[in-house]
Amino acid sequence: MFAVEIAHLTKVYGQGETKVVAIADASFQVVPGELIAILGPSGSGKTTLLTSIGLINEPSQGRVVIDGQLLADDGWLPGVDLKRVRREKLGFIFQHHNLIPFLTALENVMVALEINGHSRAAAKARALELLAALNLSRRPHNYPAALSGGEAQRVAIARALANRPKVILADEPTAALDTENGKNVMAMLKQIAVENRSAVLVVTHDQRMVEGFDRIFEVRDGRIVKESKG
Amino acid sequence: MNLALRDIRHHRGRFVLTSIGLGLLLGVVISMGGIYRGLVADAMAILQSTGADLWVVQQNTNGPFAESSRIQEDLRYRIAAVPGVAQAAPLSFQSVQIERRGKPFRFFLIGYDYRPGLGLGGPPALIAGRPIAQKHYQMVVSQAMNMPLGDTIHLGLHDYTVVGITGKLVSSSGDPVAFVTLADAQDIQFKQENNAIRNDRARLDAWVAGLPGLGGAQERMLKARLAGLTESTHTVNTVVARLAPGAELGRIKAVIGRWNHLRALSTEEQVEILTKGMIEKARMQLGMFRIILLVISGVIISLIIYTSTLDKIRVIATLKLIGSQNRVIVAMILQQSLLMGLIAYFTGYVLVRLTHKNFPRRIELVPLDLQVLFVIVLVICTVASLVGIRKAMRVDPAEALGG
Repeated sequence: MFAVEIAHLTKVYGQGETKVVAIADASFQVVPGELIAILGPSGSGKTTLLTSIGLINEPSQGRVVIDGQLLADDGWLPGVDLKRVRREKLGFIFQHHNLIPFLTALENVMVALEINGHSRAAAKARALELLAALNLSRRPHNYPAALSGGEAQRVAIARALANRPKVILADEPTAALDTENGKNVMAMLKQIAVENRSAVLVVTHDQRMVEGFDRIFEVRDGRIVKESKG
Repeated sequence: MNLALRDIRHHRGRFVLTSIGLGLLLGVVISMGGIYRGLVADAMAILQSTGADLWVVQQNTNGPFAESSRIQEDLRYRIAAVPGVAQAAPLSFQSVQIERRGKPFRFFLIGYDYRPGLGLGGPPALIAGRPIAQKHYQMVVSQAMNMPLGDTIHLGLHDYTVVGITGKLVSSSGDPVAFVTLADAQDIQFKQENNAIRNDRARLDAWVAGLPGLGGAQERMLKARLAGLTESTHTVNTVVARLAPGAELGRIKAVIGRWNHLRALSTEEQVEILTKGMIEKARMQLGMFRIILLVISGVIISLIIYTSTLDKIRVIATLKLIGSQNRVIVAMILQQSLLMGLIAYFTGYVLVRLTHKNFPRRIELVPLDLQVLFVIVLVICTVASLVGIRKAMRVDPAEALGG
């Protein structure tokens, strides 16, 4: 079973003269544990592709299947609880860590678990385990403002991993980091893909960061123009 | 995890200061309600302290608390003779303003029949000293007069000594109350200064002397009668009556009402006159202020919650993106609004509770009023949070993406 499967995915904004095709007829499958890079310049449609897979942006046409569950077929399927799918099967990593500023590092990870129905004790245990795995065990009670950029991004990764998602979607996760921290984050994503058997889709415009990825999709003007091995 | 409390913990200085500020506003709302209740309690205090069932006043008037009412003192005997009346006693009321320690000093003076078992409407339970024990020159004052036992005050032609102190009794206009005997009250109110009496007598004498055909004995008698009439002080403002057990109030009122110069009012009618007539405007005024202040509080809470929601747009977008249920976000905003209202309410309450005795007028904090206001504050907070909740519900999770 594929972790992600999209077929003829198309996203169109506006109508008539203002019509913009953000994604045109994109199709691919990603298996669990696979590390995918979506590469392209600004405005090429790579983030729209990611948000469509992330169940945020409703596709105009085409199918989206996550972990074997059909979620969109020329639009969202009626009766599907997209939030629940996002909670249970998807993990998000953002360009800026997007940690909640009034929660500590530990609480930022716990919140993802608690909204998914975990008890407070279970959430805390899992969050501490993740923070330790990401070398943050000494700073669980620090607020995001007291963390370095690299540390904050690692907390964000811990939050994305909290519910053991089938798919991790990362939108420019290294854009706000220096080269060394960026490379560290990419290395972690590779490790997650292998160890957790999660499909990892990373959107980036930085070609230097995609070394060692299983596949690279290059996007231009909403179309996947090239697929290559990493 | 309670996100509302976590957010408040992170911005506690701002939140607490804002809540205290709102608390001051709600304190004003609470105290205004207390002032109204105090007005009612003050207005009723004298009425209730008499323990009377019936108030007989001058015909076509609303009684001594609302307007001038003058009747003869000896009517007490006629009224006491009506079947069903257990006891009748005259009362005199007057507002007095004198100069005391270089400042204007205003109080409400009640004259009553001081004789044990004969009077009604005297001072309620004394907290110091003793009741008036002689016909003249003694006085019982309420605590609000701030006069110690033995202190004297000059009223009319004489000095009066404080022999007793009663509780904090004030009139419907908030003036402290003092009690003297009926005879003293009548002297203070009606008795002229000696030179004025001599002057009036001379004028009467001259007028009688000018009347044709009067003999010496007739002239002396007429002079004495006229002087008696013009110098009489036996006027009172009301005669109050206590009915015998089982007596029919309506029938007794009808009997007295048939006397063509009197009007009999029940205590309920007096209460009605006091509350509807004298306090109604104050009630409406205070009520309007309270409504305006509550609306202002609601607007302030709305603005604070809305601004706070705008500050959290990215947080809300992130929560939505990671699959958070709407109820988590709604609860965060609603709980903050309610908590702000709760802190503000209790700040206002504690503030008024600690200071209400220092207000110039009585503030009566009635539990039911406080409970109703508490519920109103909760409703306002809930409604105020809707603006923030509406904004939060419209946040697109995609806003969490990008720079």
